[in-house]
Amino acid sequence: MSVTFKVNGASKTVDVADDTPLLWVLRDHLDLKGTKFGCGIGQCGACTVHINGVATRSCQRRISTMANAEVLTVEGLSPEGTTPLQRAWLELDVPQCGYCQAGQLMSATALLKKTPKPTDADIDTAMSGNICRCTTYVRIRAAIHRAAEMTASTN
Amino acid sequence: MTPIIETPAAHVSRRNFFKVSSIIGGGIMFSAYIDTAEAATAWAMPGEPWVGEFTPNAFIKIFPDGMVNIVAKNPEIGQGVKNMLPMIIADELDVEWSKVRVEQGLFDMRVYQNQGAGGSTATPSNWMPMRRVGAAARAMLVTAAAATWKVPESECSTSAGVVMHTSGKKISYGDLCSAAASVTAPDLMTVKLKDPKDFKIIGTSQKGVDNKLVVTGKPLYGIDMVLPGMLYGCFVKCPVFGGKVVSANIDEIKKQPGVKHAFVVDGITPQQLNSLLPGVAILADSWWQAQTARKKLNVVWDEGPTASQSSIGFQAKSEELSKAAPQRSLKKDGDYDGAMKSATKTVEAAYFYPFLSHAPLEPQNTTAWFKDGKMEIWSPTQQPQSGSRSAAAVLGIPETDLTIHISRAGGGFGRRLNNDYLIEAAYIAKQVPEPVKILWTREDDIQHDFYRPAGWHYFSGGVDAKGALVAWRDHFVSFGEGNGWAASANLNPTEFPSGFVPNFTMDASVMSLGVPTGAMRAPGSNGISFAMQGFIDELSVAAGKDPVQFRLDILANAQPAPAPAAPPPSAAPGAAPGGGGRGGGGGGGGPRFDAARMRGVLQLVAEKSNWGKTKLPKGTGMGVGFHFSHSGYFAEVVQATVAKDGTLKVDKVWVAGDIGSQIINPIHAENQAQGCVLDGIAQAIGQEITIDKGRVVNTNFQTFPLLRMRQSCPVDVHWLRSENAPTGLGEPAMPPAIPALINAIYAATGKRIRTLPLSKHDLSWT
Repeated sequence: MSVTFKVNGASKTVDVADDTPLLWVLRDHLDLKGTKFGCGIGQCGACTVHINGVATRSCQRRISTMANAEVLTVEGLSPEGTTPLQRAWLELDVPQCGYCQAGQLMSATALLKKTPKPTDADIDTAMSGNICRCTTYVRIRAAIHRAAEMTASTN
Repeated sequence: MTPIIETPAAHVSRRNFFKVSSIIGGGIMFSAYIDTAEAATAWAMPGEPWVGEFTPNAFIKIFPDGMVNIVAKNPEIGQGVKNMLPMIIADELDVEWSKVRVEQGLFDMRVYQNQGAGGSTATPSNWMPMRRVGAAARAMLVTAAAATWKVPESECSTSAGVVMHTSGKKISYGDLCSAAASVTAPDLMTVKLKDPKDFKIIGTSQKGVDNKLVVTGKPLYGIDMVLPGMLYGCFVKCPVFGGKVVSANIDEIKKQPGVKHAFVVDGITPQQLNSLLPGVAILADSWWQAQTARKKLNVVWDEGPTASQSSIGFQAKSEELSKAAPQRSLKKDGDYDGAMKSATKTVEAAYFYPFLSHAPLEPQNTTAWFKDGKMEIWSPTQQPQSGSRSAAAVLGIPETDLTIHISRAGGGFGRRLNNDYLIEAAYIAKQVPEPVKILWTREDDIQHDFYRPAGWHYFSGGVDAKGALVAWRDHFVSFGEGNGWAASANLNPTEFPSGFVPNFTMDASVMSLGVPTGAMRAPGSNGISFAMQGFIDELSVAAGKDPVQFRLDILANAQPAPAPAAPPPSAAPGAAPGGGGRGGGGGGGGPRFDAARMRGVLQLVAEKSNWGKTKLPKGTGMGVGFHFSHSGYFAEVVQATVAKDGTLKVDKVWVAGDIGSQIINPIHAENQAQGCVLDGIAQAIGQEITIDKGRVVNTNFQTFPLLRMRQSCPVDVHWLRSENAPTGLGEPAMPPAIPALINAIYAATGKRIRTLPLSKHDLSWT
């Protein structure tokens, strides 16, 4: 089936089987490799994107439900890495292997949009759907707090 | 300052050489052949050494604008080696890190000889060779400047990419490119190295060179590879290890949408679990189409003999073996039976740790293209050497017709030391004209791993009236055949407390195993530390001593004449490379356990955690553990809280580590140590691979849970600098986290955990 939707502000049309998950449309049809495959069952969060502003596991979302939707992927944050969260991730040297970090950033972006100054408990709730196999959680938590500070100081 | 004790890496062979050449369009290139192979005895790579000609590698390129390219030769799997190796070169070269661009080296044994990622060996085996490369290039730039100025070299110095003369004259490395191109290279073995007090990059925090690509989502990993006209595929193997294809509905699969090829692969005979296995390949225009077609696949399997094996059966066999006379003795000091009779208190306990999967977050994948008789491969492999050798053999082509690009890997943890996924992709690609990307599902990954082997330790021990540990016996039950161990299923006769107990017996019995096993982060040590340090904790209670003090007392009790170690057992056929437990007292040619270094980290962690001085409520406790592996000394304290209903919360972990004189990249070292510790906590909390009817029951992360943010905790890392050459950090911080947690739970609740994972235990208390 042919589906038209927006990715990072640009209109895209794809013609794929209607049960194709958004993840594979992004990766293999639109060549946006930042969104990662980790488990395929919505357990790890590596494939997290925003759909109409909501953090969503793209491996669990069929393309047939995507008509006219607006998708934000990690490539749409800032290509230069200048959002507060990206800057905090760089400042605190968060990644080890780095594979999960796009999904972590997308979940964290959704968290800060809703809760600009999150508590540790807020972070536990918002981020526990994203697995980091290298367990960089200490720094992910610190980087979210740091990004919240950066945002607060510029406002 | 006291001279640094050099590792074997310092003994570089005569084949080492260094040369300089001009780059077209300006700039110079420094090439070297550095023999790091002999240094890698701490992590013996499998197979025969390369005997052909060696090619000097362009480790360093200096451009007229002053920018410097430095090659990182080893696979980056999250351990930070892509920063670490170039940092060593850059410091001796005396350039600013901000002027350095890091290039990933292509796999080429003729150039680099060793490009593996495993065993925490990159630091000890490359520390001196990489310093020499940087220092030799710097020396040549000084020679060029001195010749240009017609002054003695001794009047010249360098700083930040500039040669300076005592008169005040200065010239940048970039401006010396043409003059340096004709300088004779110095002898690498005698080139002057920096005094460590003059290091400017080593010991400073340098953030990951690929970080910006990571946070902006640029293609970076093996899974991100795309080639023109590429097909996407899956390879379906028998769920039972060792099974074969009898028949499959290939004709029906070929009719599925998007499918371009489908065929049965027979595998190699005799079957080797770490090489090409039998199965069915499905190649389609997209990976989702290949997966959709796979749902229609019906295969009749010949499951073979492993179908009779199960975790329940292994447990029953282990209990049977534990009651029988041990099959062999690994070590015997003093008179264990006599000491037990005269001991004031004795303790018996059986410890068990389960099979585990590595589960790196990037599922196994490889892209391969067979074109004009040559095979080109892009793969997130930890061990391209053995991948190249095995793939060439399976494909029936010479290794010189095979190229491997080392992709950044989304985690490794030892899984990617086996190249089964690389070999199958190369084989499948050779059968078709198109380039092919084979990508596993998470289920494929969890069900076709090389598992951390389960292990059983049947302990008994005794303390005397003064509370000293006087008798110890461990009947270790594991997997193998005869005197051989399954990969990573061995126990080193020098494993602590071997050598520290006067009456010490270490025995072993093994049972057959058809399930593939292999090295997983801190192989051997990752389970052994839990058992040993757990039982030591039990003995400290029997002795009525503080757990830290009891351990310090044991460490002070080195036995004068240790018995000669048993010869290292050979791995079972099909064993994973480098699988041995290279924990313990350093058998297999590794360094000996230095009790003073362990006392140092134990005292440091006790101090930092305020051990014994913190008043904790019931339900909250601190536990301690230490372990020596991969040349690193780590002692850790965990504080954990168990609610009355049994809910566990790890509050905090304190880490003290001694990995030598330098922490090369502190910001990454801390990250690595924290990751090791939380990896251990994750394993202890909920991970177990269960075997039933010869196959893995677990499927995905809901049945093999990884750690999540809400289970994480602060991890406080402290370093004890010692006058020893720096060693690696990918592994040694991991093992003691598990016993420290178990011992904390005991302190909190009085419940002694002897089998993992914790999710199988009721921790509730009243």
